[in-house]
Amino acid sequence: MASVISNTRLEESHLDRLEPMQRPPSIKGSPVWIDKLFSLMAHVAAILTLILLFAIIGSLVIGAWPAISEYGISFLWHSEWDPVQNRYGGLVMIYGTVMTSIIALLIAVPVSFGIALFLTELSPGWLRRPLGIAVELLAAVPSIVYGMWGLLVFSPVLVKYVQLPLQSLLVDVPYLRALVSGSPVGIGILSAGIILAIMITPFIASVMRDVFEVTPPMLKESAYALGSTTWEVVSKVVLPFTKTGVVGGIMLGLGRAIGETMAVTFVIGNFNQLNSLSLFEAANSITSALANEFAEADAGLHQASLMYLGLVLFVITFTVLAMSKLMLNQLRKNEGTSS
Amino acid sequence: MSDQGDLLVARISIHRRRKFTNAVALCACVCAMAFGLFWLSWILIETIRLGLGGLNLAVFTELTPPPMAETGGLLNAIAGSLEMVILATLLGTPIGVLAGVYLVEYGQKTTLGTLTRFINDILLSAPSIIVGLFIYGVLVAPAKQFSAYAGICALALIVIPVVIRTTDNMLSLIPGSLREAAYALGTPKWKVILKITLKSARAGVITGILLAVARISGETAPLLFTALSNQFWSSSLSEPTASLPVTIFKFALSPYENWQKLAWAGVFIITFGVLMLNIFARFLFGNKK
Amino acid sequence: METKLTMPPEEKIKISVKDLNFYYGKFHALKNISLDIPEKKVTAFIGPSGCGKSTLLRTFNRMFELYPEQRAEGSISVDGENILVSKLDVSLIRAKIGMVFQKPTPFPMSIYENIAFGVRLFEKLTRVEMDERVEWALKKAALWSEVKDKLGQSGSGLSGGQQQRLCIARGVAIKPEILLLDEPCSALDPISTGKIEELINELKADYTVLIVTHNMQQAARCSDYTAYMYLGDLMEIGATSDIFMKPKRKETEDYITGRFG
Repeated sequence: MASVISNTRLEESHLDRLEPMQRPPSIKGSPVWIDKLFSLMAHVAAILTLILLFAIIGSLVIGAWPAISEYGISFLWHSEWDPVQNRYGGLVMIYGTVMTSIIALLIAVPVSFGIALFLTELSPGWLRRPLGIAVELLAAVPSIVYGMWGLLVFSPVLVKYVQLPLQSLLVDVPYLRALVSGSPVGIGILSAGIILAIMITPFIASVMRDVFEVTPPMLKESAYALGSTTWEVVSKVVLPFTKTGVVGGIMLGLGRAIGETMAVTFVIGNFNQLNSLSLFEAANSITSALANEFAEADAGLHQASLMYLGLVLFVITFTVLAMSKLMLNQLRKNEGTSS
Repeated sequence: MSDQGDLLVARISIHRRRKFTNAVALCACVCAMAFGLFWLSWILIETIRLGLGGLNLAVFTELTPPPMAETGGLLNAIAGSLEMVILATLLGTPIGVLAGVYLVEYGQKTTLGTLTRFINDILLSAPSIIVGLFIYGVLVAPAKQFSAYAGICALALIVIPVVIRTTDNMLSLIPGSLREAAYALGTPKWKVILKITLKSARAGVITGILLAVARISGETAPLLFTALSNQFWSSSLSEPTASLPVTIFKFALSPYENWQKLAWAGVFIITFGVLMLNIFARFLFGNKK
Repeated sequence: METKLTMPPEEKIKISVKDLNFYYGKFHALKNISLDIPEKKVTAFIGPSGCGKSTLLRTFNRMFELYPEQRAEGSISVDGENILVSKLDVSLIRAKIGMVFQKPTPFPMSIYENIAFGVRLFEKLTRVEMDERVEWALKKAALWSEVKDKLGQSGSGLSGGQQQRLCIARGVAIKPEILLLDEPCSALDPISTGKIEELINELKADYTVLIVTHNMQQAARCSDYTAYMYLGDLMEIGATSDIFMKPKRKETEDYITGRFG
C-alpha cells in the first residue's frame, strides 16, 4: 500500500512551500538485520554471565573430584593436612576462615553501623559529602595494602599493646587463658580477624549508609514531629524499616570477608595446625592455603584437595551472597509498598 | 494543681533520660567514625611514609632484583600490570556493556534478565581467588603453562560484573521519554541504544569502566596461579608475567630488606594509582550530574 | 461509542479510527473509540486526567508497542491503510507521524545534530542540503533567529521553551504528514506557551495536528476541532466553536463549565 509512505503527494502539495532546492527524499529505513544482530549480541552477553557461573562450579567440581571421591564429606572435619604422606583434611582452613570472618564481623559491624549513622543523621552538612567520599575511597584501597601494613606495621604493635596485656590479664582465668596462649608474635587468627575488620568496615559502612538513605524522609519527619530524639528516630523508625537491608548489608560484608585473600594471608601464619584453640597461634584459612600452596602443588591429591577447599569456599560465599541479595531486594520491595 | 506539677516532674525526668540515651548513642557513633578514620589514616600514612621512602627513579627503570641485591626496581612488574590491566579491560568491557544494555533495553521483566542481574551481583562479590582457580583449570592446566593470557582472562572475569552493574544502573537512569522521542522519529532500536541512550549515559558508563580498572589494578589473588610471576621481562603473552601485586606479595613476605623496601614502593604506587583513578572517575561523573 | 464528526464535505479525512480498544494489561483504557480526524486541521483532545487522551494519541504512532503489557485492537487507518496491522516496518510509519512530548527531550548532541539525526535516518543529503533542511526546520519552529549562531552547542543548554521548540523542529524536519503534540506546553512558562500556540496555528497549513491538552482555553484558542474524552470513552467530537458554545451532551457541558474535573 503505497499511499501511507508515498512521498509524491507530499511533494506535489508542498513543493512551493518548501525551500527551492528540495530533492524528493528517498525513504530508506535501516536494514532489519542490524537490529537483529545487535539484539543477539546483547542476549549472548547476558547468557555468558549465567554460563560463567555454571562453568566455575563445574570446573571446581572437576578439579576437586579426586579429593571428593577419596574423602567425601568427611574432608570437612578432618584436620590432618600432610602433603608428604598425601593425606588431606580441610578442617584447619575452614575453621580459620570461619573464625577470622566472625571476629572481623564482630568488630566491623558496630563500627560500620556507627559510621553509617553518623553519615546519614549526625554529620553537619558540610562534612557529609567529604566523609562519605572518604569512606568510599577507602573501600577501594586494594587488600594487599591492608595485608602488608598488618604484617609489617601493625603486628608488632598488636603484640605490645594487645596480646601481651591480654595474656597477663587472663593468666589466671582457666578457659579464656587457652584462647590467648602461645607465644605472641602478632600473627594468628586474631590478627587476621582485626585486619579483615579494618578492611571490610568502609565497605559495610557504605552499604549501610545506602540502606539508611532509602528510608522515606516523610517517615523520619513524622517521628521528629512527635518530639523524638535522633537516636529514637533511628532505633524505632529507621532501623525497623531497613532491618532486612541492614542484615543484607552485613551478609554482603561477610561474603567479602570469607573470600578475602590478601588481607588474611599476610598475618594468619600459614600453619596447618589446630592443636590449640588459641587465637594467637598461627593458623590457616582457605584463601590463604590456596594462595600459598596451589602454585606448587603437584597435580594429584594435593591439588585436588585444594580445589575441594576452593569449592567449599565458593559454595559458602555463594549461599551467603545469595541470601544477602534476597534480603536487600526485600528491602527495596518494602520501600516500594510503604512509601 | 499538684497533679499538674507531678506530671511535669515525671515528664522532665523521662525527658532527661531520653536525652541522656540519645547523647550516649550519638557519642558512640561519633567515636565509631573517629575510630574508623583513625585506623584508615594510620594505614594511609604508613603507606605513604614507607612507600615514599623506598621510591626512587630506579624503581621505574630497573627490573626486579634477586634477594639482597644493591640495586633493582619494579619495571617489569609495573609493565606487566599495565599490560594485563589494559588488555583485560579491553576484553571485559564490551561484554559487560552489552550485557548491561541487555538488562535495561531488552531484558526488563524477563526471567533471563532477573536471573542475570541476580547472578551478576553475586559474581561481583565472589572471591577473586576462585576466579584464579577457574582460569587455572580452563587455561593453565591444559596448556601446562602459566601465561599472561590466563592472567588477562582472570582479570577480565572481574571486570565484567563491575561493568555490567554500573552500565545497568546508568542506563536505568535515562528517562523513558528520551527513548520514546527517538522512537517517535522512526529510529531503529539499535540506533536508539547506541546513539541516544548509551550516549546520554556515557559519563556514567565510563566511570564504571574506570572503577573496574581501579579494582583489577590492585587484585593479587587471580594472578597467583594464572600469570604467576617473572623475575625478568616476559617476551610474549604466553609466558609467566610479573605483575605489581604478585611481586609485592612475594617481596613483602620475604626476609630480605631490599625486597621489602621495593614492596612498600610498589604498594605506594598501586594505592596512589587506584585512588587517583577513583577520584578521577568521581570527578568525571560528578561533573555530569 | 459511535460519534460522527460533522464537517463540511470539502474536508478530507486523514485518520479514521474504528472500534479502537486499548488495554494496559487487564485495564481497559480505551473503549470502542471511533472517530475521524480531518486533514490539515488542528484537532484537540480534552478531558480530565486518566480519560485516555494521551493513550489515544500514542496509538497513532504505535508508541505503545515499546511496552509488552500494552495492546491495541481495532483499526486506525491513515490515508486508507490500517497502520495497526500494516506489514510495513514501524520505523517507516513513525517517520510519517511526528510526536512532541510533555517534557522537552533534547538528544545528547548539538542543536544541529538534534535536527539532522532524524533526517539522516531516512535520507542521504549533502552537507549543503542538510544545512538548508536544519535552517528550514528551525524556522518552521520559530527558533532559527535565537539559535542560528550556536548550532554547534548542546541542545540541553537552551531554555525550556526553546528546547520544546527544538523538539518541534526535530519532529518537523523529517517532513511527517501528521504531528502529535502530547501536552506540549505543560512544562513551559506562559510566554513560551504563547509562542508555541502561534506556531501550531502556522503548522496546520502543512500538517495534520493532533494536540492533547489539559488546558481548555488552549484548546479553544488553537484548535479547529475538539474531542472530549472521559474515562476511556469518546464523549463528543465537533467543531471547536460548537463544542465550547453549544455542546450536544450534558457530560461535555459539565466538563466545559468546570462543574467537575
